[in-house]
Amino acid sequence: MENQNRPSFWSGFMSTNWSILITILSVFVGAIIICFGYLFLEDDIQKHLQKKELTPAQLEKLTQRAEQRISIAAEEANWDKVVDGIHLRTGFHADPNLQTIISACTSCHSSKLVTQNRATREGWETMIRWMQATQGLQDLGDSEPVILDYLAKYYAPKATGRRAQLDLANIEWYILELE
Amino acid sequence: MYNKKQERRTFLKNTLLTGIGAYFGMPIVFGKNLPAGMEPIGLSDIEYPLGLPGKSDLLTVLNDRPVNAETAAHLLDDALTPNNLFFVRNNGLPPRKVDVNTWTLTIEGESAMKAKTFTLAELKSKFKHYTQNITLECGGNGRSEFNPPAKGNQWSTGAVGCAAWTGVRLADVLKEVGVKSDAVYIGYYGEDSHLSGDPNKDAISRGVPIAKAMENESMIAWAMNGQDIPMLNGHPLRLVFGGYPASCSGKWLSKIVIRDKVHDGQKMTGKAYRKPCKPVAPGTKVADEDMCIIERMPVKSLITYPKTGATIKTNQSLPIRGHAWTSADAVKAVEYSIDFGMTWSTCLLSQSSNKYAWQQFSATIKFPAPGYYEVWARAIDTDDQTQPMILPGWNPKGYLNNACHRIAVKVA
Repeated sequence: MENQNRPSFWSGFMSTNWSILITILSVFVGAIIICFGYLFLEDDIQKHLQKKELTPAQLEKLTQRAEQRISIAAEEANWDKVVDGIHLRTGFHADPNLQTIISACTSCHSSKLVTQNRATREGWETMIRWMQATQGLQDLGDSEPVILDYLAKYYAPKATGRRAQLDLANIEWYILELE
Repeated sequence: MYNKKQERRTFLKNTLLTGIGAYFGMPIVFGKNLPAGMEPIGLSDIEYPLGLPGKSDLLTVLNDRPVNAETAAHLLDDALTPNNLFFVRNNGLPPRKVDVNTWTLTIEGESAMKAKTFTLAELKSKFKHYTQNITLECGGNGRSEFNPPAKGNQWSTGAVGCAAWTGVRLADVLKEVGVKSDAVYIGYYGEDSHLSGDPNKDAISRGVPIAKAMENESMIAWAMNGQDIPMLNGHPLRLVFGGYPASCSGKWLSKIVIRDKVHDGQKMTGKAYRKPCKPVAPGTKVADEDMCIIERMPVKSLITYPKTGATIKTNQSLPIRGHAWTSADAVKAVEYSIDFGMTWSTCLLSQSSNKYAWQQFSATIKFPAPGYYEVWARAIDTDDQTQPMILPGWNPKGYLNNACHRIAVKVA
């Protein structure tokens, strides 16, 4: 009896109970999210469950750690902001193509290696060819002209002659106390 | 507990990595090269979120992956540079774990009589110990001044330091293994990894001619200023060659090869650490075969007191001091100028403790009238080499800038 009924039960279920199926799926997805959340927060949850009497030293340590986490979180929240045309997290100049630059230029090395250098479009192209020849950089495809335009626009050389003047704008003048 | 949490986070990150590419709307260029436990920066923890380990926050970080950090001139005032202020120039990523009990150094190569492996304990017990003050300077120190600009880390003046290194003479270890008469060069290998994460690529593997390796001052060192070498400077073992670009002084040292030809490891070939064999005009394109390996570093000096920007009163004299160093036998004089090089006055100069140690100079300056001044310093070595006031010979990679150091002073 059961064996005969089962196929018809399932086909009936499939045609009429989509909402139940979706509910089951959602429960599954929810369960996965909860599992991940638990994995991430296990220590904190367990700590919460077995509340212990804390010594002042432990309490201070916990407070310090919490403050540290808050400051890191605050920093991270600020990271993707752009201030004065500079993307805070990478130090790159803000631009519609910023994400292309970030993913192409920060996989291997720091963005600082880009932002501290200056070159013409040709000079930047030479660097890309060098990275491709010796450092394992892949063909950049359609992104390459976008990247080169960006670099040549924001990180072009300045003429400084045979030796630049001391950078007086960046000198912090101070009174030297002499005995 | 910590490890468990780390493992879990690594698992979560690896799981999420695929999704991140989708978020950016494009593939992560080197995604397939990323080794386990390494994530693209910007996505996760930066390499050292709480600052560089063993290093002062006062260092100027030029690059955080690989770590490159320099020391402002006024922070180099000590006769021996403190470990936490010594500059860092890494080409790759330092080893994650170092176990001094299992660390070994192997000597081999075509021109080695045999291959031999030493533990750290064996190195320390078999050979005589030496402590020598040796200056290390990056070949690219001063690169930021070149025009047209040279690519790479834009060092100003601070990729230099002098420490008391303790270890054994490289020559003693090489002789113990046996050096064939056809030996030309030694090359090193360290335990740092290439930035791309490719295990088949070395971050850097340079070396020196055999005659340099045999000098009394060439060392395999395990201590710096009486302490363990900082992790970022090569703990637990490194080479130390004074007078040559510091890139020759391999860090996290695990292997030395005695070669019957010029070592051809990573950054020995192409344009790296090379200059045009013949002088070229600024901006000239130079073919690889016309580039020659840089060996000796030029004479140089640095004013470490006062910090640039000092304002003094008209009736006050200004004491200045700093260091001077060279790859020649010694620095024989240091001079200063307060009139943009028209006249030069002699500084007091200390003797060096040993070859390649930097020497201390000092002077007391009286200024003729109120106004803006620059104090310039130049050293002269026993080979009669001195420092130019403008940039020395332009070269494509921006090495060997030994133009005189300048600080700004106001007399009010």
